[in-house]
Amino acid sequence: MIANGTKVRVDDRAHAGHHRVPGYLKGREGVVTDCCGTFPNPESLAYFRPGDPAVALYRVRFRQADLWRDYVGRPEDTLDADIYEHWLQPLGETQS
Amino acid sequence: MSEGHVHTHDHSPDDAVSEYAPLERAIRELLIEKGVFTAADIQRQIDDMDSRTPMTGARLVARAWTDPEFKARLINDTTAVLEEWGIAMERGPRVRVVENTEHVHNVIVCTLCSCYPRMVLGIPPAWYKSKAYRARVVREPRAVLAEFGTDLPADTEVRVHDSTADMRYIVMPVRPAGSGDLDEGALAALVTRDSLIGVSAAREP
Repeated sequence: MIANGTKVRVDDRAHAGHHRVPGYLKGREGVVTDCCGTFPNPESLAYFRPGDPAVALYRVRFRQADLWRDYVGRPEDTLDADIYEHWLQPLGETQS
Repeated sequence: MSEGHVHTHDHSPDDAVSEYAPLERAIRELLIEKGVFTAADIQRQIDDMDSRTPMTGARLVARAWTDPEFKARLINDTTAVLEEWGIAMERGPRVRVVENTEHVHNVIVCTLCSCYPRMVLGIPPAWYKSKAYRARVVREPRAVLAEFGTDLPADTEVRVHDSTADMRYIVMPVRPAGSGDLDEGALAALVTRDSLIGVSAAREP
């Protein structure tokens, strides 16, 4: 279980086969804003297996300015994505 | 592709559909022949999907604009509200509503494929599935929004939501100025599909 407000890094590992982590977020750091519950693991479900054990899904907020070097917009602009727990490395609590 | 394939055109999503069409037809006919399902089953699914339109999303937003208690429930207990509205939620992804305000603008995309809140908006528009939209809206959302005619004030925060997994998102647009006298039905007519995806604002009355 990862608490809201925890800073996380998305694993930057290769994965042959179906998975739901966009390449542009691998290795990037964001903050968990919510746990969406647990869901059958899509990496197994995609191959007609039951998706056991179910995995926790987290909403992670990234700062656009951290994602794109040439980002045009406000420093507060964000990107939210839903990432499964086994792709997240907790880095510690944030100040807020 | 054979080596003789000459590229005289861009590959749009429409081309991809036409290339897969014969394959889809062959598999469909084989499954019907094997008795896995019937042609009537397929038609029922198509009718079911066709019956879902952005009007459901528009009605949800119009109700939320007029009823603060409903709005709070829609945002905090979305699944329960959708079930009350006859939308089956026991299987498949869950829906989350993100609210635009004077200072925050939300926009939805799925960069991995074309995940879309079909249960409340129906079938996605072709541009939503295009590689150009999916690749660009995450890294230059303001430029993409401007191309949809949505010029955001410089002090508005932009929040992009990439629906990468089991959640689907809809945007609750800002209630337009001058809509104070309208009833729920008239308000729903202002809530366009594009405003529910977040590439536009709601129509002005």
